Amino acid sequence: MEEKITGGEALMRCLENEGVEIIFGYPGGTIMPVYDKLYDHSDTLNHILTRHEQGAIHAAEGYSRATGKTGVVIATSGPGATNLVTGIADARMDSTPLVVIAGQVGTNVLGNDAFQETDFIDVTNPISKWGIQVRKAEELPDIISRAFFIANSGRPGPVIIDLPRDVQLELMVWKGYKKCEYIRTYVDRPILDIHEVALAAELLNSAERPMILAGHGITIAGAERELGEIAEKGDIPVATTLHGLSALPTNHPYHKGMLGMHGNIGANVGTNRADVILAVGLRFDDRVVGNVQKYAPDAKIIHVDIDASEIGRAVHPYLTIHADAGDVLKEMLPLIKVNSHTDWINFFSQCQRLEHEKIVAPQLDHKEEGAMKMAEVVTKVSERANADSILVTDVGQNQMSSVRYFKLDSPRSVITSGGLGTMGFGLPAAIGAKLGRPERPVCLFCGDGGFQMTEQELGTILEYNLDIKIIILNNNYLGNVKQWQKLFFNARYSQTPLVNPDFVTLAKAYGIKGEDVESRSELKGAIDRMFASPHSYLLNVNIDSEDMVFPMICPGDPIDKIMLGENEWLDLNILEL
Amino acid sequence: MKEIKPYTLAVFSENTVGIINLISIVYTRRSINIESIAASATAIPGVYKTTVLSYSDRETMEKVVSQIEKAIYVIKAYLFTDEEIVHQEVALYKVPTVKLMDEPQLEHIIRDHNARILEITHDYTVLEKTGHRDETEKLFQELKKYDIRQFVRSGRVCVTKDPVEHVNVYLTMRDKELSEKSKQ
Repeated sequence: MEEKITGGEALMRCLENEGVEIIFGYPGGTIMPVYDKLYDHSDTLNHILTRHEQGAIHAAEGYSRATGKTGVVIATSGPGATNLVTGIADARMDSTPLVVIAGQVGTNVLGNDAFQETDFIDVTNPISKWGIQVRKAEELPDIISRAFFIANSGRPGPVIIDLPRDVQLELMVWKGYKKCEYIRTYVDRPILDIHEVALAAELLNSAERPMILAGHGITIAGAERELGEIAEKGDIPVATTLHGLSALPTNHPYHKGMLGMHGNIGANVGTNRADVILAVGLRFDDRVVGNVQKYAPDAKIIHVDIDASEIGRAVHPYLTIHADAGDVLKEMLPLIKVNSHTDWINFFSQCQRLEHEKIVAPQLDHKEEGAMKMAEVVTKVSERANADSILVTDVGQNQMSSVRYFKLDSPRSVITSGGLGTMGFGLPAAIGAKLGRPERPVCLFCGDGGFQMTEQELGTILEYNLDIKIIILNNNYLGNVKQWQKLFFNARYSQTPLVNPDFVTLAKAYGIKGEDVESRSELKGAIDRMFASPHSYLLNVNIDSEDMVFPMICPGDPIDKIMLGENEWLDLNILEL
Repeated sequence: MKEIKPYTLAVFSENTVGIINLISIVYTRRSINIESIAASATAIPGVYKTTVLSYSDRETMEKVVSQIEKAIYVIKAYLFTDEEIVHQEVALYKVPTVKLMDEPQLEHIIRDHNARILEITHDYTVLEKTGHRDETEKLFQELKKYDIRQFVRSGRVCVTKDPVEHVNVYLTMRDKELSEKSKQ
């Protein structure tokens, strides 16, 4: 007997078959038939109602980044769909697998500027991995299975399903569900060339100053163990990108810090002194490379990436391996010789000591009362936080300070908006991370500016009674823009001072306990009370408005031209090698 | 200094909605003007070929290729200089029939350019010429003197000089992978 169901019901069954547990979304006119069917599936599909579609998609990103699973978002057509655009662009840049399902007006009125109609596939074409409009309900199982396959294979990314209202209501025969495993025009996992890997291993084995640059690809491939073992066996220092930070624990002896504009001295200067660089699962972002002509001048670069379009895009590698980071490292591990590079490793220790002396210690060592430094607040929170915590950040000074000073212990511990730099990402992403990994504590650092971009999501925390520790590093400025204004625009603070609301009262309105931390002596007690609470807690911390993030590499400068403070530059001659 | 010259891109894809948009946005993003575009089904069942002509440098065009190949339904994109392909365009010219009668030189022009007459009516005559851009352009310049009413040129189409049909080889390999995968 043939079973006839609606497109909406078919969608629910497809999602269940893909193992979806959580959906982030917001209902509206053209997606109502789907929401009506969701009502019958609420025991298997847990729908999280955010307070804005942008909140839903950033939450789905946070969920995905914390779990490795595909985030699912449902919204209505028109404004519901366009509110997702920032999150789609963010997910594309940061290789985050999402399946975004948007309602659409009925096919009979499509193209006529009907109520709440936008051409969503065309709006999102440049920023999505794949987008398709479903024209018949019977196409749904095939399209949804392709969507999940595409989103979470190869270089992961956001996939868009445009679902007209009449298709959601149309009856179709349910013939079961088959997961997609192959699309002939799409290479999800390039075949590994073992000769290339052997060549790369040989280059590393014979190098005097080898270095590994580890990116997000390590985390996506789950190749953290292989990375650590290669580093230990070959005595090879590792520096990571922002997204690669938790590929090794912060205190791992071979973790030499973060690359890029506000990265660690050793990581950046080391890149320019290395003779062989194995770059795995990173895309040489311009904030990592700085002046490309003066980048890694002595190094033979081996670039491993699953996305062929990233190879040779920014830098010209000596050897390229178009493959999955995990496949490469697994193959490479037995080929790496036990080695020792004492002087080279010592160079990084020198850099670490120098950075501690010039940057870290002065940031942490303050006795006087009053406004605090971002670094000391992050450090104190990190010292008190559970080792297994997930760090979520917003964008700006708060982001750079927290990733520099928060200690990370296990994989998938840092969730931040890297490529797109989306202010307002933090709060909803923390919600998604907590829902994905409820057993892990979640610490969110925000600025006063970014927090206000998505602060309505406090309502989501209230509704689902989530435990998220929120720390607002509040300097009453758009701090990162201010820092640039100070350094590059003659301290003309155009539109960066903020008049802020009472954040603690705001939190209270959502049933969330909070405290203002005005002065240094109050900090420790407030942090203790925050972590003692089993619920969400908000600290509004008074940050010195003159506090800046250093070290800093100015845009377009070579990565070993490092600013240690205002008008203070790193003297490369003091580093011996 | 980067050498700017004509590049022809042949994009093989599934024959499906929105392919040309996915190709053209990669050009738009880099502000590269598309000089001509031609698209249609190929000899391989289900496979569609879009041929795009533009002026740029090789490094930029190689990045364009890799970004176009990222589109899920694109099979392969190949970059060619003019020397690597046999290419052709078709142009149509509409001239008043009375000019053909009154101006004896017109017949010579049509003969010299190897143009064909497609249709003659009382009012107008339609000429057709296939050739390279400079050839169709040359005829246009000459016909301008004779009160030409309409002129239109197609996008460039091309075939490769390479003896190997790379798309066929690639698709055969992919289909073999699929059959091996389904056996597992």
